[in-house]
Amino acid sequence: MLRIRCPYCGERDHSEFRYGGDATIEYPALDASADAWHDAVFQRENPRGWQRETWHHVHGCRLWLIVERDTLTHEIRSVRAARPDIAATLEGES
Amino acid sequence: MSSRVGQGGRYVDRDQVLTFRWEGGEYTGHPGDTLASALLANGIRVVGRSFKYHRPRGVMSAGTEESGALVTLGVGPRRDPNVKATETELYDGLQAHGQNAWPSLRFDLGALNDRLSRFLQAGFYYKTFMGIPPLEWGRGTGAWMWYEKWIRRAAGMGKASRAPDPDAYEQTHRFCDVLVVGTGPAGLAAAQAAAEAGADVLVVEQDFLPGGALLSDGGETSATLRRNRLQAIEAAGATIMTRTTVFGLYDHGVAGLIERVTDHLPAPPGEQPRQRFWIVRTRRIILATGAIERHLAFGDNDRPGILTAAAGRTYLNRFGVLPGRRIAVATNNDSIYTGAMDLANAGADVVVLDGRDMADNALVSQAERCGVTVYRGKSVSRAHGGNGVSLIEVSRRRQGAWMPDGSLACDALLVSGGWSPAIALHSQRGALPVWNEPLGCFLPGETDEAIDVAGAAAGVWTTEACDRSGAAAGSRAAAAVGYAATPKETPERGGWAQPLDALYEVPSPRKHVKSFVDFQHDVTADDIRLACREGYVSVEHLKRYTTLGMATDQGKMGNVLGIALMAEQLGQPISAVGTTTFRPPYTPVSLGALTGRAVDSHFKPLRRTPMHDWHLAQGAVMTEAGLWQRPWYYPRRNESLESAYIREAALARNTVALCDVTSLGKIAVQGPDAGEFLNRVYVNALAKLSVGKARYGIMLRDDGIVMDDGTIWRLGETDYFVTTTTAHAATVLAWLEELLEVRWPALKARVTSITDQWAGCAVAGPQSRTLLSQCLKEPDRVDSERLPFMGVTEARLRGDIPCRIARISFSGELAFEAYVPSDYGPAMMDLLWQEAKTRSGGLYGLEALGTLRIEKGHLTGAELDGRVTLEDAGLGRMASGRKHAVGSALRQRPALQQDDRPRLVGIFPRDRGETFNAGALLCRENAVEGFGEGWITAVTHSPALGHWIGLGFIQGGVQHWQDKGVVAADPIRKQPVAVEIVAPTMYDPEGDRLHG
Repeated sequence: MLRIRCPYCGERDHSEFRYGGDATIEYPALDASADAWHDAVFQRENPRGWQRETWHHVHGCRLWLIVERDTLTHEIRSVRAARPDIAATLEGES
Repeated sequence: MSSRVGQGGRYVDRDQVLTFRWEGGEYTGHPGDTLASALLANGIRVVGRSFKYHRPRGVMSAGTEESGALVTLGVGPRRDPNVKATETELYDGLQAHGQNAWPSLRFDLGALNDRLSRFLQAGFYYKTFMGIPPLEWGRGTGAWMWYEKWIRRAAGMGKASRAPDPDAYEQTHRFCDVLVVGTGPAGLAAAQAAAEAGADVLVVEQDFLPGGALLSDGGETSATLRRNRLQAIEAAGATIMTRTTVFGLYDHGVAGLIERVTDHLPAPPGEQPRQRFWIVRTRRIILATGAIERHLAFGDNDRPGILTAAAGRTYLNRFGVLPGRRIAVATNNDSIYTGAMDLANAGADVVVLDGRDMADNALVSQAERCGVTVYRGKSVSRAHGGNGVSLIEVSRRRQGAWMPDGSLACDALLVSGGWSPAIALHSQRGALPVWNEPLGCFLPGETDEAIDVAGAAAGVWTTEACDRSGAAAGSRAAAAVGYAATPKETPERGGWAQPLDALYEVPSPRKHVKSFVDFQHDVTADDIRLACREGYVSVEHLKRYTTLGMATDQGKMGNVLGIALMAEQLGQPISAVGTTTFRPPYTPVSLGALTGRAVDSHFKPLRRTPMHDWHLAQGAVMTEAGLWQRPWYYPRRNESLESAYIREAALARNTVALCDVTSLGKIAVQGPDAGEFLNRVYVNALAKLSVGKARYGIMLRDDGIVMDDGTIWRLGETDYFVTTTTAHAATVLAWLEELLEVRWPALKARVTSITDQWAGCAVAGPQSRTLLSQCLKEPDRVDSERLPFMGVTEARLRGDIPCRIARISFSGELAFEAYVPSDYGPAMMDLLWQEAKTRSGGLYGLEALGTLRIEKGHLTGAELDGRVTLEDAGLGRMASGRKHAVGSALRQRPALQQDDRPRLVGIFPRDRGETFNAGALLCRENAVEGFGEGWITAVTHSPALGHWIGLGFIQGGVQHWQDKGVVAADPIRKQPVAVEIVAPTMYDPEGDRLHG
């Protein structure tokens, strides 16, 4: 069981969350070519070590989060709200 | 004959007597006994038969490593197999039976296997029954599965009850600063140090008494130390949980515990659960789990009456039971001497065979002064005595080889082959154990996690040093979690005066005598060597080939011995062989405890629409749709499902009928960019959707596959009401949230689930408009001019009930969907139903809903299964060519555009009187093979067409298969049925009926 420190709810079990995916992917514009979309959707890294990834606090505040996690040790280095304005607000509070 | 000593047994209450039944006979014991100590006290030595060879087995240990005394506890639905008698707390009325023997434990026909054992070595079953010449005819999985049934019957453990478990279990949660596992000297000292520094400490003990090894000590010193520590821990506010096992350590300091709440009672009293599964979140963990004594490999080393040396001492000092009157002790280390003296002082004749050639030392002299005879350089090479050891053969070591050296009569043999720290929990976290040659054991490896190991689990052998080791770990833990604690010095490892001798096996002077390594799975030393010779030279392969360490004890007694023998065979050091991977659980965990209360109706959440009771009052039979309860059909008296749904569907086609559609996902999409957002999400042209209009919409995944379909209602300039399928409501909401927060954070739009806030009813049929208008405060709001097809209006029902209405149709008839705030759901149904009745209308459930949509070729989750493109579903024209939406780039991939992909089709039986099954494959006539050409997703009897129809997918679609021979193949359930492939819209293809 991972423990994830949601910036809105506090530290919670990972069973409250749903894993999203690689947060470093830059999705092409909707009118971009199929090749560009192919690379974004299918050409994925599978890093051993640190990865930025998205998690959804489904059974909590429902914020989408950017989590920095070591895929080998599960150590979590940072958790931020994915939306920059929400992240700024939450970090301003603390 | 009772083996209970005249007095003593510090932790049993000898003033009270408990009665229990073993194998049908009545016996007595005392509170504080385990079943094992009570059986030994009653002189019972054979308590089970072994797994493979059916050899008689007795109690071998006094703890969780037990491999011999596996019994079946309880009767009837509470019958529990493979329970370790050494861990079973005795209670009044306990009933237990031996296992794996017929007709009786003392005379078991299965013991014939022992005679045949020359053939039953490692890999025997695979080699023989998976087919080798001349048995080639018996080769293959099918044959193996047939043999396996019989093999399993002969080789086995206890049998679980087939009846439902009458007991409840529960799951609960806890937090603590420091979790201390184990309450031996190290655990108690650690807990006290951490708790007194101020930390919130949870102490867990698997036994029913805290104290660990202190309980086995005869002297007053250990008893006093234990008492004082327990008092101090309690005074410092820490919690001690007994009868609780930490079975697994997980990421981020999370521990899994099983508390055996009422296992020590005949049945759980009142509302008590039988067991409780604790999920504990810790900041720091101290493992003071002790060490487990190993045995030695020698001939017939499994005879009843052969125990670990520490167990002999425990039975005497803790329970007041002498394991024998003439006791032989075989050892390769110092740890047995205190016990040998205790046993001699209790009146037993004790002879020690110490395999080491050692000089005089104080320990030996002290033992000799107590009357213990000590032989050096000697050990046991074989035991005799079928139902209990009576004689042992002795060997003497000369220049490294073992030579026969007489025999010794005895009625108990205690063995110590060294100690293995209990490092399973630590290793579960991925820290590789490290072999320590001088101590002859694996020690916990390095880890970055907040886990500390103290006492014997860290290779510290003496009680006094364990105490200091625990205190040091407790202080470290308290400091690590932020409390002021004085650092204490950690003692050195080891602690024996004379070093251990790396002795693992004493060969039997006679060949073909079994020396067991893993008693529970009957793995012998020869099996290990055979596996090595056959090339299974990785320890993981060795494990799987011989099943070493795969029994319920997970190799607690035998693994290190097996690894040592393998290392010897390979000529490698033990450190090069290593251990197998440790995984949870440390000890067996009942599935009931993991499931907790999530059984029967609590297995998953239950969702009911606000009209649930209303439907029941109308006689609805309910069914599950995901988590939802929905009306399935509304039978008139004695009406079958089939005749009910056909009648209900016909009502919708001919007059008017009502259907609860509350379970559809409903999402409010609001904000200045809501329109732009939806235009990017749905493939349809939505930019021009005007206020007061709705549209059918389809969303794709990034990869161009259909994700979901639904309707989009534009209620206002910046206010949209979106419906999804029942099945995908949660997925779609999460997806929309992801898009807004992760991908397009600049869009000013918000999504809110309002599924539970609005109750919905579909009103379908030629008379739906008149019916609905009669229910409205302003009846003309649903006139065809004011509310054309796909029109949306916000109106009020009679009684001033606010209502959203759209003229949309899933049934293909003139139809409306009306939504009211949830609390008004039953009132809306009352109003609509009253009007429906006067028109001979009716209600329709999920089954009739299915019929109507199949007739029209409309889609549900059965078709949108995550593999289907717009074109496959016949919806290619829905995609706007003038815009780009999610998935619109990748849906253009050539392979997704090929004409021979499976396409949605309708299916008729050629003989209209025939039927076929959903799930059947569509195959070419006379070519019922492989995956066929397609498959059937849904089947119904169509009242409109008067015969059975289906929907499905077939390669190339209807154009390719018109007038060709196709069959619905379902070989398991019925004969192939000839079918006709037709266009998916099987009823009213022009859609005229939508307009009433």
